[in-house]
This record gives sequence, C-alpha cells and structure tokens, in this order.
Amino acid sequence: MILHPGILGLLITAVLVLGLVLYGAYLGAIVLVRWDLDSSSEEQLALERKTYLLSTLMGHAMALEILSALIFLYTLEDIHAIFVGAMCATGTLNANPVGWWVLGAKILGLLFCAVWILLNRIDQRAEDYPLTRLKYGLLLLLAPLLALETWLLFRFFLGLDPSVITSCCGTLFSGSGAGVGAEIAGLPVFPLMIAFFGGTAVYLAAGTLNLRQARPRLRYLLAGLSLSMLGISLASIIAFISSYHYELPTHHCPFCILQADYHYIGYPMYLTLFAATFYGLMVGIAEPLRRVASVEGVIAAAQPRWTRLSMLLFGLFVVIAAWPMVFSDFTLEGFY
Amino acid sequence: MGSYHLGRHLKILEFALSSMLRRRTKNLGLVLVFAALVFLLSSIVFLTGALRTEALATLEASPQLLVQRAMAGRHALIPLDYGELIARLPGVGSVTPRYWGYYYDIYTGANYTLLGIGDQGLESPGSTPLRLVEGSFIMPGQRRVCLIGEGVARVRGTRIGGMVSLRDARGWMQEYEVIGLFASPSRLLTNDLILLPEADLKAHFGMPDDRATDLMVEVYNPHEVDNISRKILERLPDARPISHAEIQRTYETLFNWRGGLLLAMFLGAMAAFMILAWDKATGLSADERREIGILKAIGWETSDILELKLWEGAALALVAFLAGVTAGYAHVQRFGSELLMPVLEGWSTLFPAIDLAPQLDPYALGVLFSLTVVPYIVATVVPSWKAAITDPDRVMRAS
Repeated sequence: MILHPGILGLLITAVLVLGLVLYGAYLGAIVLVRWDLDSSSEEQLALERKTYLLSTLMGHAMALEILSALIFLYTLEDIHAIFVGAMCATGTLNANPVGWWVLGAKILGLLFCAVWILLNRIDQRAEDYPLTRLKYGLLLLLAPLLALETWLLFRFFLGLDPSVITSCCGTLFSGSGAGVGAEIAGLPVFPLMIAFFGGTAVYLAAGTLNLRQARPRLRYLLAGLSLSMLGISLASIIAFISSYHYELPTHHCPFCILQADYHYIGYPMYLTLFAATFYGLMVGIAEPLRRVASVEGVIAAAQPRWTRLSMLLFGLFVVIAAWPMVFSDFTLEGFY
Repeated sequence: MGSYHLGRHLKILEFALSSMLRRRTKNLGLVLVFAALVFLLSSIVFLTGALRTEALATLEASPQLLVQRAMAGRHALIPLDYGELIARLPGVGSVTPRYWGYYYDIYTGANYTLLGIGDQGLESPGSTPLRLVEGSFIMPGQRRVCLIGEGVARVRGTRIGGMVSLRDARGWMQEYEVIGLFASPSRLLTNDLILLPEADLKAHFGMPDDRATDLMVEVYNPHEVDNISRKILERLPDARPISHAEIQRTYETLFNWRGGLLLAMFLGAMAAFMILAWDKATGLSADERREIGILKAIGWETSDILELKLWEGAALALVAFLAGVTAGYAHVQRFGSELLMPVLEGWSTLFPAIDLAPQLDPYALGVLFSLTVVPYIVATVVPSWKAAITDPDRVMRAS
C-alpha cells in the first residue's frame, strides 16, 4: 500500500459513507416492514420521524460520494509518478486493474445515489409518502453496491505496488493496438463526429419537443437518447475530442485531460456530461411514477425543469468539448 | 428551486449563526480543538507538498541521466575515460563531467555544497536554472573567485566584494572573492551552494586530474533513457546510472510515505475528536431544548430544526477548518514549519531556515476536508436528528 494523504482521505470517506448508507439501509428495512400510514400508533410516528434522519443520511452520503469521486480522479493523477511506465491516471489504474472496477462502481454508485435523492425529494413534497416502499427498496440495493465499491477501493489501494511496471495511456488508447480502449481510439473519426454532432442536434431537438408537447413517449425517448449520447460522447472523447485538446492526433487518453497541463478541462467536461445524462435519464425514470396521484403534479412540474437542465448541461459539455475544434489551429483533417 | 426556498434556507442559516453567537463559550471550546486538529493535519499536508515541490523543482534542472561510480558499495570518483566510452553509445548526446562535493564548515556548523564550473559550463550559463540576484558570473579562466547562495551569505555575513575562506584538503586556508549572489526558483538548490571555478574546486578537494564526481549524460530521446542505462551497465559494471525519472519516483514515494505516516498517526486524534463532537452534539442543555421546543411551538417543522442543527454544525466546521488551514499554511510558509520539519525533511545537508512555498490547491483542501470536516459532519448527523425530533410538549412541561 502507498501511504498518501489522498488515499487515506478516500479510504476514510468510503468507510464513513458506507456506514451512513448501511445505517440508512437498516432504518429503511425497518420502515419497509413496519410502515403503515393509516396507523396512528407511536411506532408509526417514530418511523415517520426516522424518515427525516434517512433523508439527511442519504443527502450526506451523496455529497460525500461526489467529493470522493473528484478526489479519487485527482489522486489517480497525483500518484502516477510513483509507477514505472505511468504517465497519467491510466497508468495508476493499470498498476492494479481492480482500479477500473472501482471507477465503474463509483460512476454507478453516484448515479444511483443521485436518483435516490431526487426520488426522495419528490416523495417529501407529497402528503402521504407515496414512494416510501420504492425508496427503501432501492436503498437495500444501494447498500450492497456501495459495500462492493468500498471493498474494491480497499483492494485497489492496498494492492498498489510501486515496483509494478505499468503501461501508459499511449499503449491502452492507441489507434492501432488491441483491446477495448484501442478499439475505441481507432474508431473512424468522421463517422463518429457525425454521430456526435448529429446526436447532439437530435438530443437538443428531442428536448425542445419535450418542452412543447407533454407526451410520455417523448420522455422515454429523451431518457434513451441521453444514455446513448453518454456512450457516443465517451467514445468521441477517446477517439477525437481528447486529441483536439492535446493537439496531438495520436494521443487519445480520456484521463490526461484531467491534468494541469490541459487546465483541468476534463473535470468540467465529465461533470457536465454525467449531470446532463442524469437529468435526461430522470425524465424517463420518473415517468411511470406519474401514475401515483399524489406526486403526479410534482413530477409534471419537475420534468420540464430536468429537461431544460439536461439540455443546458449537455450544451455546455459540447461547447467545452468542441472549443479547440473550432478555435485552435489544430485539425485532424487529412490525418485519417 | 425558487427564490422562496433559497430565502428560507438563508433565514435558517441566519438563525443558526445568531444562536451560535449567543452560545459562544459552548462552541468556542469545540472550535478551538477542531481548529488545532485541522492545523496539525494541514501542516503535514502543506509541508510534504512544499518539500515535494521544492525537490521536484530542483530535479527539473537535473540531466536525464546521471552516471556515478560505485566502489565497495559507496560512491566513488568516476574516471573521465568512462565518459568517452558512454559518449560513443548511439543516442547519447554530450557527456559532461561534474565536479562537486560537500564541505563541513566548523565555524558555522553547516554543510555547504561546493560545485565546480568549468569553461564548458561557462559558455552557456543561461542553460542552468541558477539565477544571479546580484554580481557577475565567473569568466572563463578566472580563478579564486566564487558565487554563493543566500544561505551561505547569511551565515557567513558576507556580501559581494567580501571574502569566503575555506580549509582545503591539505588543511590550508584558501580565500575566494565573492563576485555574485544566487537566487533560484528552488531555494533548496542554491541555499547552501558555493560555486567555484573548476580548477579551484579540484585543487580544493585534491581530486586527481582524470576523475570527476559524476557524469551528466544527455540522452536525445527520453524514452531511451532506460536502454542507455542498461547498455552503460553492460559495458561498465561498476557504474551506477541514475535516471531522472528514478529520482523523481523516489522523491514522490518518500514524501508521500512520510506525510502519510504522520497523517495516519494523527488520525487517532481525529477519531477521538469525532467522539467528542458526537458527545457535544448529543448533550443538549436545558436551554437549547427549550429553544427547540419554542421554535416547534411557533410552527417550525422537524425538517427546519434539522436543517438548523446541520447549519450549526456546518458553520462550526467551516470556521474551524478555515482557521486551522490558515494557521497551518502560515506555519509552513512563515514559520518554516518548525514543529514538523525535523520529522519530514531528512536532508543531512539542508540549511537552517529555508522558506517553503506551500501550494494552496483545491486538491490539498479537498483531501484535508475529507480527513477532518467529513468525519465531524458524519459524527453529528444522528445527534442533530435526535435534537430535531424533540417533542415540544414534553420540553415545555419539563421547564
């Protein structure tokens, strides 16, 4: 293990978050079993009070998840210098491949937490706690996910060995190598550019249409589009967006853009992309819940807001991503 | 989120701040202990960061590959023939011998680094990161002159035009005229430095003519450094090639490890503080209970009280965090981090009083935040909630 302040902070935060969520899941399980809104017993009153605690616990857990995700990324960057062969976060992740799983678990955990928080907020606006069972059922799923994440995180950091010779992003994300990273890096640029910018136009159009017409199908469409745009955007970042930021046609790393050399541009880029995807998804996820009468109004009011937020954030992402394509002298034309 | 909601949160925050001000003494103790803890942890993080930056800045200027000679496991002077052999390897640019050594000064009890500069180095003084604050550089062919670092000038009490006398290998005192003073982006580099003409340095240490301290090897392609090292080792088994990246990794590991170990030691204190915070937040005074009871009676909801309590915790943590971080920064930057330096520095040649420049980057703050504020906030969630569900009726009756 490497004793690094960032790693210590991450491990402590992970344990604390897990503690919060496990306690939350425990309370949630009790609520699930005993919940009876029609009862006016002392127990039901106590349960209703516990829901305040639960919301607070989860709010804290969510905030800490976001903080620790950022610190995680930066720590990967920061410790790469320890490893022979590493030049950015990719090298750190390769030094102990469990790291890739941590990254995946973190993204999933973050999305999950965010969905939970929004559902909770909707639920609290209603008089009769209509989503209680759904919420606490989800919590019972979230707890094992976060437990897994914490376990992986420990495995990753405890298993990091500075004497391991790792490979840098140039190997993993090279246009001609083997493996998933290289496959994506080697995708034909012009078709992908068309998919990216065309997809952006379609997404924004679908959003605008959603704001004009309140139809369930359109909302599901938006959610589906947001998910596919996440995939296309990530592939585009590896295949050509990063190259424009590096002004180097052979450099495809999705992590080097997080470095100081590139003005940390990766952070706002990924934050806006994931937030846009999340709000887009929420429009669809919340749709079936409109059948519940007491939250119908709340959701109906929230959906246009989420749609607008998602469009705005996605637009911002595209502006950040495309900035050097428009304003720098560098061009990939003729390279492929 | 409409402005109504925002206004409501701000009002609750305002109330939280005013109620904390009313109970100044109760909170003061907690803030002080918390701030002291943040101060300790932030000093460690800032100091290791600053030392690492200094060390790496020093390294920036060092050559891609450095070749020393080891004899009986110790560093020995390297024959100049080695340099000719290395220069013939494909991919190697120039090979420059370096002449330097340490000098223990019995008058001031400090170690100086003596570096010789030959005519070759003098042709391009601009290529070194050394910058003169005042004075002039050594001219080719010039003898018995020297350039000194700020630290040397300070302890020797000398300026330009003064003399520095050093006892040479035969025990004779040699005088050198100071013709320039150094400043450098990295103070570690020049603080204890005395730069002499190469011939003077060799005479001073009594070095044989055909030997140098080590060789700086220029490698055209940085990716080839490891290959070149291997080839040098094959041809010269007693050589010890040290690459730029290797030193960098050693520094990184060293400082991370030292800082991390110290932090880990103080985390026990953090755990104790969490218990204290939990205890403080649980033990509500009768006065506070009554206040919550009244607030509820006049229409505050449980969620409002909970928010009030969380704001109180957040405000307290923020004040303590900012105070602690500011003090930690000042400790490292202004006071040379006197409390921690002995544990963390570990350079035998380091001069007294180097000024460190800690970096206040978001990452360091984020890490500190997750080591201090996060545990505090987590420890006070449940007590805050317990306070918020206080039954107004019962409280009012009790008083």
